[in-house]
Amino acid sequence: MTRNEAARSRQAVTVECRVNGRRVRAQVPTHRVLLDFLRDDLGLTAAKRACDVQVCGACTVLVDGLPVSACTYLAVEIDGRSVESCEGLLQDGRLHPIQQAFVDAGALQCGFCTPGMIMITKALLEDYPQPSAKEITAYLHGNLCRCTGYKKIIEAIQTAAKSQAPVGNQR
Amino acid sequence: MLQPFQLYEPTTVTEASSILGDLGDQACAYAGGTELLLAMKHGLLRYAHLVNVKRVGLGGISFDEEADCLRIGATATHREVERSALVAARLPLLSSMERHLANVRVRAVGTAGGNLCFAEPHSDLATVLLLHNATVKIGSVSGTRAVGIADFLVDAYTTCLRPGELLLEIAVPRLSGDMGAAYRKFAFFERPTVGVGTALVATADRTTVAEARIAVGCVGPMPFRAAKAEAILAGVPLAGHAFDTALREAADEVARGCHPVDDLYGSGDYKRHLAMVLTKRAIAAARDRLHGETTDDAE
Repeated sequence: MTRNEAARSRQAVTVECRVNGRRVRAQVPTHRVLLDFLRDDLGLTAAKRACDVQVCGACTVLVDGLPVSACTYLAVEIDGRSVESCEGLLQDGRLHPIQQAFVDAGALQCGFCTPGMIMITKALLEDYPQPSAKEITAYLHGNLCRCTGYKKIIEAIQTAAKSQAPVGNQR
Repeated sequence: MLQPFQLYEPTTVTEASSILGDLGDQACAYAGGTELLLAMKHGLLRYAHLVNVKRVGLGGISFDEEADCLRIGATATHREVERSALVAARLPLLSSMERHLANVRVRAVGTAGGNLCFAEPHSDLATVLLLHNATVKIGSVSGTRAVGIADFLVDAYTTCLRPGELLLEIAVPRLSGDMGAAYRKFAFFERPTVGVGTALVATADRTTVAEARIAVGCVGPMPFRAAKAEAILAGVPLAGHAFDTALREAADEVARGCHPVDDLYGSGDYKRHLAMVLTKRAIAAARDRLHGETTDDAE
């Protein structure tokens, strides 16, 4: 059986993608994980390495809008896709409503989990625009805060959900 | 740290099969990578070659009306199964199990086929598929074959796939309308410690158990059907003292029949106790569903 060009093996791949809206083209070794690509190659350090086994959520970023653990996701997978990390939420120096809600609620202590918490919140509000407390805790099952400041985080998410609700739904 | 590897991106089953066949033990099929990449990062598995099977066209979820079964493409993600309206309507137990599988990020990337092929003994999906009497379709350059889920999983981390074969599709027969089913698990974080799925069919007059199914996961190298416990429940009235007695006996039988290992998630004895408790709860929940009650398959 002959192998065509597409099936040819490669140890490095040229990826063309968007990272926080910016066009990026880079040569990426196949074994490079997205977290290292973002932090070391692009200097985007919001996503953090903590557990490194997909259970803590500190490395949460969005790929085509879906949350992934960048620590265990091959960078070559982002070819042709759009990646969002917490840095990308800032618009003209202004905080995104989710970020503002976290600040207002005091939903961060040491801050290490915060970029992951904010990105999972962005994904949550896409899936459940007006989430119940139960839906919030279920969705955040895989995002750990070792300062254990969950109550404030849930409050912040509820505030963020209200701030993006259609005007008619606001109190 | 991941060690360097060669990545192949075939676009047909034949191509993928021929590459996997040629490279043998040196290569592994790669889909979501949520388990494979973890094991490779920690040096537990080493492959010089990974074959990405996501471009082969094995995705998608459909319902085969004629065979009355759900067809899940091997590379369909857990998220796709979880959020499929088709699955929610036709196989609600599968839907609710997926909603509580691992975490939202793993579900967005991990695939149903990858979960089965990795054959991790702690798989919610494998246990629930075994409860449904699911079969898998396997393909290679030399054709396709169908295998029951119990024969597909041959040992911990081991399937019946031969070199050059890949999983194409999972076929999940719908549980009949007069069947109540439930899945109960106990888990720390993403990995279930013990998971028990049960299904009860009532007789036409809805007074007696016509058929009972019990699938037990995480307490042996692969999930198993507790045949003796199933037999204890068959023919028992659906209410009253007789049901309660049979429920207790079946749960004790499940505990006797499982062989959990001691690990950081608990001793073997502890897990055997959990299997007993979860069996009772799952059977009770299955009966409640027979009576039209809806409960969530939460942990």
